[in-house]
Amino acid sequence: MPQTLATAWASLPGTARTTVWIVIITVVLILCVALLTLWERKVIGWMQLRRGPNRVRIFGLFPGLGQPFADVFKLLTKEVVIPTNANKLLFWVAPMIALIPAFAAWAVIPLSPDLVLSQANAGLLYLLALTSMGVYGVILAGWAANSKYAFLGALRSAAQMVAYEIAMGFALVGVLMASGSMNLGTIVRTQEGGFLSWNWFWLFPLLIVYFISGVAETNRAPFDVAEGESEIVAGFHVEYSGIAFALFFLAEYANMILISALTAVFFFGGWLSPWQGWPGIGATLLGAPSFFWLALKIFAFLFVFLWLRATFPRYRYDQIMRLGWKALIPVTLVWIGVEMVLEHYHIGPWARPWFQ
Amino acid sequence: MLVQILFYIFGTLLVACALGLITARNPVYSALFLVLCFFNSAVIWLLTGAEFLAIVLVLVYVGAVMVLFLFVVMMLDINLAELRRGFTRFAWLGWITALAVIAEIVGVVWSRGPTGLDVTRAPVPEPASYSNTAALGQVIYTRYAYPFELAAVLLLVAIVAAIALTMRHRQGLKVQDVSRQVSVRAADRVRIVKVQAEKRT
Repeated sequence: MPQTLATAWASLPGTARTTVWIVIITVVLILCVALLTLWERKVIGWMQLRRGPNRVRIFGLFPGLGQPFADVFKLLTKEVVIPTNANKLLFWVAPMIALIPAFAAWAVIPLSPDLVLSQANAGLLYLLALTSMGVYGVILAGWAANSKYAFLGALRSAAQMVAYEIAMGFALVGVLMASGSMNLGTIVRTQEGGFLSWNWFWLFPLLIVYFISGVAETNRAPFDVAEGESEIVAGFHVEYSGIAFALFFLAEYANMILISALTAVFFFGGWLSPWQGWPGIGATLLGAPSFFWLALKIFAFLFVFLWLRATFPRYRYDQIMRLGWKALIPVTLVWIGVEMVLEHYHIGPWARPWFQ
Repeated sequence: MLVQILFYIFGTLLVACALGLITARNPVYSALFLVLCFFNSAVIWLLTGAEFLAIVLVLVYVGAVMVLFLFVVMMLDINLAELRRGFTRFAWLGWITALAVIAEIVGVVWSRGPTGLDVTRAPVPEPASYSNTAALGQVIYTRYAYPFELAAVLLLVAIVAAIALTMRHRQGLKVQDVSRQVSVRAADRVRIVKVQAEKRT
């Protein structure tokens, strides 16, 4: 039976196989978002010496596991209230615009050595373009709702995104210099050879800048002034309810998973094993590259997202701007200069054969 | 064949969005139509194989410039009736500009014609290993290095000028001095006092 399935799979045309993979990735991603919301509440609960959600069960087992699904059904059955004088078209379109880039970006992410939907040569640029488009959902939602709170949230978010995008782009310029390619599969392959040859070692300041910018781009704590509850109620999605709100929620968490995946690909070797090429362990299954390693890395960075949220208080707005423009961007510029020197003397990643 | 169909679909959309951009009453709609225009022209560039330009168009114009545009347009409190009056009043200016641009395009196509500018055939598709970005980078940083640097300096001058023109030093602003805020020690703010307990009466 598996034999016939495999031959049937191989006989499908390329586009059909890609379509099947798109469906699989989307569904898995949505399920991951559901589980991530539960994991977030559990982790933050444990950090604050609480239990987190532990009531809704599935088949009377796994206390708490049913919680995200219960939440989804609650949101699906709630009424979507459209405020009077809201711009109805944009009010409906905004959540979808927020959602699309978060999913479309997965087209170029190499999930395992053989599995990537598109081997685009300009994959890195494509990702930058898509992550910069997520802000439209927020801005349009804030404007279309015709509410002062929502509008303030939208303006804050727009300024913040534009500021941190620059730092993010410069950090990726560093990655590009170390790999010599914008194809994400090539970026992963150039980091081969155990965890010390991954990019994080030589590009450590850029890793920090990239991750901080990623947290800011997803509007997560401590950069969540776009929805600062204590000042502007819930920011850009204050007027949204029911499934329209759920779409924003889905987009935010999908973006978290995306930023974690990108950090893993750019700085931590994507699907490469940390013990690749080591004597002994490198020859076993643990030394082989696989999707498992990528998933493990994504999971670790998602934990950092939650950890940050449970640890830090919210930044003041002017402090966010100061950090973005006056701390992160100069760090990236200095490090690009350092990389130029390293490249000139063929140190670190530039000692690899294709740079000689 | 597929490329031609796609070209006509996105070309039509591009023209439609451009028309929407100038006829929309609401300035926010106009800005959004412009975003759609950028997307459609990016797709047309992709069809000709210029993937770097296409993606950078989306990245720079859609991702940064139009966000700031929307930012400003949303904050403006524009009287829509007044805006509608201006549309017909300045129409002659728009017609002249449009005609001038059309004349220039026709002139270029006419003069280059059958020899220089090949307007009927699509470019030959490149092999999959061909990297548009690398090819562009090799030309920009060698042959066109000076024009490229000049353009960059021009942009820098524009940035400095914009900041210099809008900078105002208001007197009596209460601004936080961040370096002082950061360098504060607990001893500066908190004084630990030993208070003698009073006898219970």
